Amino acid sequence: MLNRTITPEFKAIEHIKLIAPGHIRLENDCNFYWFNSGEQELVRIEWIFNNLRFNPEKPLLNIAVNTMLNDGTNNLTAAQIADAIDYYGAFLQVDYGFDHSQVTLYCLNKHLKHTLPVVKEVLTESVFPEKELATFIRNQQQKLQVSLQKNDFVARRTFNKALFGGTMYGISPEVEDYAQIQRDDMLAYFKQMYQPNNCTLIAAGKIDDDILKEITDCFGKNWTGNNVPDITQPGFKTSEQLFNYIEKPGALQSAIRLGTMLINRTHPDFPALQVVNTILGGYFGSRLMANIREDKGYTYGIGSGMASMKATGSIFIATEVGADVTRQALAEIEKEINILKTELISEEELSLVKNYMLGSLLGSLENVFSHADKFKNVYLSGLDFEYYDQYTEVVRSITANDVLRLAGKYLNFGQFHKVIVGKY
Amino acid sequence: MVKFNRFTLDNGLRVIVHEDKTTPMAVLNILYDVGARDEDPKQTGFAHLFEHLMFGGSVNIPSYDEPLQRVGGENNAFTSNDITNYYITLPAVNIETAFWLESDRMLSLAFSEKSLEVQRNVVMEEFKQRYLNQPYGDVWLKLRPLAYKVHPYRWATIGKELAHIEEAQIGDVKAFFKKHYNPQNAIMVVGGDVDTEQIRALAEKWFGPIPAGLKYHRDLPQEPVQTEARRQTVTAKVPLNSLYIAFHMPERTDEEYYTTDLISDLLSRGNSSRLYRTLVKEKQLFSEIHAYTTESIDAGMFVVDGKPLAGVSIADAEAAIWEELEKIKNELVENDELTKVKNKTESTMMFSEMSLLDKAMNLAFFELLGDADQLNLEISRYLAITPQHVQRQAQHLFSKQNSSTLIYLAE
Repeated sequence: MLNRTITPEFKAIEHIKLIAPGHIRLENDCNFYWFNSGEQELVRIEWIFNNLRFNPEKPLLNIAVNTMLNDGTNNLTAAQIADAIDYYGAFLQVDYGFDHSQVTLYCLNKHLKHTLPVVKEVLTESVFPEKELATFIRNQQQKLQVSLQKNDFVARRTFNKALFGGTMYGISPEVEDYAQIQRDDMLAYFKQMYQPNNCTLIAAGKIDDDILKEITDCFGKNWTGNNVPDITQPGFKTSEQLFNYIEKPGALQSAIRLGTMLINRTHPDFPALQVVNTILGGYFGSRLMANIREDKGYTYGIGSGMASMKATGSIFIATEVGADVTRQALAEIEKEINILKTELISEEELSLVKNYMLGSLLGSLENVFSHADKFKNVYLSGLDFEYYDQYTEVVRSITANDVLRLAGKYLNFGQFHKVIVGKY
Repeated sequence: MVKFNRFTLDNGLRVIVHEDKTTPMAVLNILYDVGARDEDPKQTGFAHLFEHLMFGGSVNIPSYDEPLQRVGGENNAFTSNDITNYYITLPAVNIETAFWLESDRMLSLAFSEKSLEVQRNVVMEEFKQRYLNQPYGDVWLKLRPLAYKVHPYRWATIGKELAHIEEAQIGDVKAFFKKHYNPQNAIMVVGGDVDTEQIRALAEKWFGPIPAGLKYHRDLPQEPVQTEARRQTVTAKVPLNSLYIAFHMPERTDEEYYTTDLISDLLSRGNSSRLYRTLVKEKQLFSEIHAYTTESIDAGMFVVDGKPLAGVSIADAEAAIWEELEKIKNELVENDELTKVKNKTESTMMFSEMSLLDKAMNLAFFELLGDADQLNLEISRYLAITPQHVQRQAQHLFSKQNSSTLIYLAE
């Protein structure tokens, strides 16, 4: 007779194997990494650029340049670029981030020879036509108006501004700011930033010699430019005001966001602090979820996270709770942080979190793209794959006392910045 | 091409195995053939609330999540108007834990009052977060009852109103479980670093002893053909005017479903699509515009929605959309343009084969539609579509009498 009350035997995760990339430094100083694996005849190629020094007078410049890369070049209109990419079933994506901005191409191998030249054109000949700029400004202004009515959006940007004011990390534009964007500034910014010596090229998919050659022929010595980009960044103007309440009359829920500036991935405590974060709010079974959702029913979801940027890092807790329980939810969050700092975690809970984190790392390696993503995480922080060995070692060996010590060292609720949008 | 093996247990549970040795992980996906369309009109939102309760402990296992996390696994679930789908990903060496957990909650839940009370609150907060406390969040609560008068697609998965969730009782939960949650109404897909014979043995061991239960026979009221244009205008606390036009479209297994899907791509997929190019870029009437289908199993909705720019009247905005719809009805689409959306569909399918979970979910869904093998024939259905098909189907879809228009006016 089957006994359903007994857990089947299970194994701990022993070894996590990452695919090592191929690498060449192209003649133009662009670093090219590739990950070859998989059955499907397709690739994802990313061109990643360091952001230029942030200018608080022109906060939207980087975003505008990146977003408008596919809006016209010396030889192609926005419509022609879209036609060329869409016809071959490819996807051309632009994304901006805190430290880097990038262009990504998803394409079947058989069509790559048609789409690569379009990317090349975009990266070298973009002109940001006035008419397209006017459209961009209008549409972004409308989008922002909608976002500003979402409490979680307002909470996030208010929080980031309080922590990271005066930098790209704390950007918090108003509708009027879009109207200040000038085409001449964009052209100058583009010329400085989107060039080979400021680029890391990462390709993942089924990459044989022919595909390698197609990429290097297009982006090797034929891609030139040798400006020296200024990628230094200004310092943060962190707000001294720790508590920010933005009242929204009639709100059914309040968005809560709180946290503090913290170490980033390059710090030796980072992996251990990720364990602490996971216990607190980093997975479905976390203490915040168990208490505030699964016991009290105050929210649909609550979580904590750690962000690692080039210049700093942060830890934050975010949720949307019933407007009538905002204070109770905040008090419970404080309570959970204090428990982490004063009570030793049980071996049972700690071992669960360890297994969960290792399983989650293994599970995040779904396909060749995920291997490239793992590489990006460390490479762009100035680290290498050894980080993951260190990470798995720390997760395996961390003790209850370490958790207590790290929580005590880094999590000081009284010093956290707190943002509430809704009712309080 | 997604390869698989298939067998059925004596109790009626259908099992599909997809061996993929390129990953150290495994997925166990269970689709239950029940969605919001199967609800009592007086108890809407129940299928989704029930999904939450499936995580509140089962008859022999007090906590569902904890033992799974302990073996390095993760799980989630979703409910739609058509189905409820649960999935686990975990290291393949620990696959048996997934069988243990899923079979116990198919056998019976713990039916805890505490869990019901908490999840009612959680779901009501979800209702507020996603539908009530967001600009335009209530669009589906308004558009569905405008387009459907009879079919249960007239309510959203979350339910018609908060009160329906608030009033759910443990007796209702038990009855719903008995009616829908048994081997005959489920399809299980196991994928990843597994062997079919190993999975067969595990399925027999853990699911074999579960009683077959009763087969649920769906008999839903069918939506009569719409005969006149419908229209609703609401003034709301939104920053911008917005408009939605919904058209009734064919059901999922109809050949014309595919043509309809391609029409949405022609109109709205990518920056080269017609609505974006003409109405956002050239005529500068909208800041954003989209066309998409609800991807429903029964006859669903084809929706065009957009936000007109400040200073553009609703009448002009609407007329501009209809001009594009008339164009696709009146002029044959060029071969190049049709090839473009076919190429896009082909590459999307290939990229989706990079994801083990996507493959498992797709196999379960196509098995529900009738045959998992149809997944591999999807692309050929799209490739067979001609410009004439597109024109004819556009003519079927885009008439005023088949339309339901919802306008949001900013306060």
